[in-house]
Amino acid sequence: MMDQTPVFIIAIPLFASLLLTLIGPLGPRVAYGLLIGALSLSLGASLATMVRVVQTGQAIHYYMGDWLPPMGIELVIDHLSAAVLVMIGVCALLSGIYSMHTAGQDNHDRLNNYYALFSLLVTGLLGMASAGDVFNLYVLLEISALASYGLLARGGGKAYFATFKYLVMGTIGACFYLLGVGYIYIMTGSLNMADLADILSRESLQESVSIRIGFTLIILGIWTKMALFPLHAWLPNAYSRAGTATACLIAPLMTKVSVYIMLRMMFTVFSADYIFNQIAWSSLVIYMASAAVVLGMITAFAQRDMRKMLTYIIVAEIGYMTGGAWLANTAGYTGAVYHILADGLMTLSLFMAVGAIIYRTGDTSANAMQGIFRRMPITAAVFLIGAASIVGIPPTCGFFSKWYLLQGAVQAGAWIFVAALLIAGLMAAIIFFRLLEAAFFGNLDDEGLSVGHSAPHSGTGAVQMREAPLTMLVPLAVAGAALLGLGIYTNEVVTYLIRWSVPAGF
Amino acid sequence: MDEFFFFIVAKYNYWASLILLFIGLYGMIAKNNLMKKIIGMVIFQTAILIFFVSIGVKWGASVPIIRFFPDKQPLLDATAYANPLPHVLILTAIVVGVAVLGVALAILQNIQRIHGTIEEDEILEDMRK
Amino acid sequence: MFPVSFYQIAPVIALCASLLAVPLIAVSGRHPNLREFWTFAAAALKFAMVLSLTGWILAGNVITVDLINVLPDISIQLRVDSFGMVFALVSSFLWIAAALYTVGYMRGLAEHAQTRFFVCFALSLCATIGVAFSGNLLTMYLFYEMLSLSTYPLVAHHQDREGRGGARKYLTFLLGGSVGMVLPAMIILFSLSGNLDFADNIYGGIIPQGTGNLLVTILFVAFLFGFAKNGIMPMHAWLPGAMVAPTPVSALLHAVAVVKVGVFCTARVMLYIFGIDVMDELNLGVAAAYIVSFTIVTASIIALTKDNLKARLAYSTISQLSYIILGVALLTPSAVQGGLIHIVNHAFAKITLFFCAGAIYVASRKKNISEMSGLGRVMPFTFGAFALASLSMIGAPPVGGFITKWYLLVGALDAGQTAIILVLLASTMLNVAYFGPVTYKAFFGKPNDSISENPKIKEAPLIMLVPIVAAAIISVLLGIFPHIMMQFVRMVTT
Repeated sequence: MMDQTPVFIIAIPLFASLLLTLIGPLGPRVAYGLLIGALSLSLGASLATMVRVVQTGQAIHYYMGDWLPPMGIELVIDHLSAAVLVMIGVCALLSGIYSMHTAGQDNHDRLNNYYALFSLLVTGLLGMASAGDVFNLYVLLEISALASYGLLARGGGKAYFATFKYLVMGTIGACFYLLGVGYIYIMTGSLNMADLADILSRESLQESVSIRIGFTLIILGIWTKMALFPLHAWLPNAYSRAGTATACLIAPLMTKVSVYIMLRMMFTVFSADYIFNQIAWSSLVIYMASAAVVLGMITAFAQRDMRKMLTYIIVAEIGYMTGGAWLANTAGYTGAVYHILADGLMTLSLFMAVGAIIYRTGDTSANAMQGIFRRMPITAAVFLIGAASIVGIPPTCGFFSKWYLLQGAVQAGAWIFVAALLIAGLMAAIIFFRLLEAAFFGNLDDEGLSVGHSAPHSGTGAVQMREAPLTMLVPLAVAGAALLGLGIYTNEVVTYLIRWSVPAGF
Repeated sequence: MDEFFFFIVAKYNYWASLILLFIGLYGMIAKNNLMKKIIGMVIFQTAILIFFVSIGVKWGASVPIIRFFPDKQPLLDATAYANPLPHVLILTAIVVGVAVLGVALAILQNIQRIHGTIEEDEILEDMRK
Repeated sequence: MFPVSFYQIAPVIALCASLLAVPLIAVSGRHPNLREFWTFAAAALKFAMVLSLTGWILAGNVITVDLINVLPDISIQLRVDSFGMVFALVSSFLWIAAALYTVGYMRGLAEHAQTRFFVCFALSLCATIGVAFSGNLLTMYLFYEMLSLSTYPLVAHHQDREGRGGARKYLTFLLGGSVGMVLPAMIILFSLSGNLDFADNIYGGIIPQGTGNLLVTILFVAFLFGFAKNGIMPMHAWLPGAMVAPTPVSALLHAVAVVKVGVFCTARVMLYIFGIDVMDELNLGVAAAYIVSFTIVTASIIALTKDNLKARLAYSTISQLSYIILGVALLTPSAVQGGLIHIVNHAFAKITLFFCAGAIYVASRKKNISEMSGLGRVMPFTFGAFALASLSMIGAPPVGGFITKWYLLVGALDAGQTAIILVLLASTMLNVAYFGPVTYKAFFGKPNDSISENPKIKEAPLIMLVPIVAAAIISVLLGIFPHIMMQFVRMVTT
């Protein structure tokens, strides 16, 4: 039974999604229960697998139907993928629980189909994180992309056009990836990652132009998928117009998993030596990443709509991770991987907090934040923690990822990236500070909230408290606590998971 | 000049798919009509499919099912069979492509329903209102 | 004496006492008396714990407690040594005094959102003790940031345009300094030396041999200005702006906790990260001494021009803080002792002054010095305390400030810095010039009509008066019996 956990991680949400399409007549409650059950089981399998990986200290290879690689389909779960799998599982489960009210609001007619797509998306993401060959990765990439198109389009209205743009860009990205895989396949005759790594390390292939073109196409495809500046234009519109439940699922996970794929391709399929000595783009990529960080934050600063602001912050965060991965040292790599985990949780808690505020106030602009600390104290507290994490204030996890990234940048002498990270931190402080000031003290001109010296104890009864419903509040609180927990246990995460996956050659 | 000519001819399958690729990319990026964008997208995907299929071609080879000589001896020479893997992969990729096309068309229908047009500039104008 | 294991727990309890009080204060918001009880209980517990450590520390021990191993090479670590004890004793004792005074002030003015106020108050005290007891730079940074954030609501307490503007400025400078300068400097330092633990003595530092001079200088400048709470010009601009806060906040936080944390961090980094040897070799000490001398003189001159009492006190604070850094920057043992003992002397004197300003405001609603003429006759205790505390600022015997001046002057002579002696003398004159008239006019000036005709103006309530007089008396005692605190300070330099 324990040997089979890797396949359960993916199979459970996959079968749940098939089942969910059939159980429409049983009503929304059953669908919700089935979704939560499947996600919890899948998370349990992920956790069990992670424990096994950490205990044995080596990767688990699972052969589908016992067909041996390189012919058969292989799942490989090493330290890196175990960490990402658990992150996906946690985020998916929390946003699944959170979706009870908001998903029903957006999809009152066919909730079971919505949840089927939800589950399918999670399947795709989990599959990508555990796939052991590059073509399955493509299929799973497209499965999750297709599910996400469907989910995003459920936002209705303007969401359709934004999703269409995303669909076009997403298809270009996936096709580039597929084309790149084709080039690699011509030269190597293999699709299995470990096998490819073996073949590609041969002297004769190191100089090959075809391999180089293949790598370029693959990386370009992945960059499109993960919305690295300047390929990011599709992301803000697509994510900010989606329904709340959809945004909470997709925003933290899709781009982060794409970053994971980038790391896989760079360091598992190709090697650090090949990337930094043969390809040698790293200084260029660091410039791109720095531009992404700074411009993402500046654009976020200019937004009035809260969710749009958050989406531009995602664009900036992608720059953090890309820069960290291309710094070519252990600290930078650690920062990039740690930030995948940290940013998943940060984005999740911020999107959930903003979603809860929108749910209660019905306003998506920054005005909705006014006086939130009094009306929705728990939501506001989570928002505060998430904001502190983005800014990088200890002991939230955002501080520690910044710590490693900065350390890596200093060691690599990438001062432009150091400057970009610092500027981004300060910009984020200003962005969130504006919102938090309004959240804390309310509107300056509003008599009711801004009391002078007249009313003692006005904090306790003068303004009505109206927290979000419990199904939203519990995941929110858990996500907020996880931000602090991940920060405090940075040592364990780095020692037991990330250090094991540091590629050879650093 | 001759070398260049041979360079083109010898790899004509790559050139063909490359031309198709750029036609598709042009359609996706430059066209104002969303339906034409979708058509561009399909051409783009098809170009890649053709590329994959063409690399699996082997002259004089047969389908990869073991054939028997009249004396019931199996023909075990690998050069006699085509490599099935590219074709199998492409079968999957075709399915993916069809699914993407289906979703794209469904979204397009909804765009038409909401904005009353499928011309990009008109949609943008409609959204600004 | 207590069992040794006690000394491992006591710093943690001292740190957490006010943190544990936070939820209790928050839930008892509807019962003001219960809420205030928690504040006092936490304050008393914290002070008792800090006090119980004194004997052990004076015996020459250093306590280190590893709390959490956050990063593979760095842990959140508490370390209690004589240097931190000076600051911990002062701040935990003054919390009790300030809590007493605050209750009087907040109730006297019927301020809004008192629960929030006390919650943030307790949080900031936790952070202050955290900084005093931190064992490495990361821990210190963590508590430093915690202090910036938890004092923000206090500064913005009035929630009007002025309060928010001041608070915004406050956070901009503090976060700008810490995220923009201290954080990168800390990471560069970590890359160089592989750890961030403070050195065992003040001479060696932790910067490895052979580090480029330019890099060390850049790091030094980043730390000097990055800890913006220390009020060195031009990073001082937040301080006058933050004075819009209620007076107890200004008193405890902006005269004692916040600015002292800034100065403490600066001194800690100068002595225990760079070390006297490195600073001496690269002439960083002299450079820093001149930078802060400029602040001392300029801030004093600006203080002369201010009519608003709290603003004048604010600029006086900026000037006096630089004394402490000046002492450390001179690098001679006497000067370092003088600088560190000024943490104590200035704390007691300045809190007295701010308490007086608050008492005057509560009693008469007056903020400007020009309106206080003759007020001393109505409020003799308040202004008596004010006079004593200003003597300490000036540096006249027998008040605590004299000790500081003495050691600083001796230290400057040892270092052979004649220019610094001139700066100290000029600053003393300027102090006389801006504090003298306040007391003089209050007692001997002609009362204006608003005071003589208003029978309602009388001495401040007792609950406020007690801390004022107590702090003033301690200020005097520190001048008469300086050796109590000097013991700790001497241990730092040996």
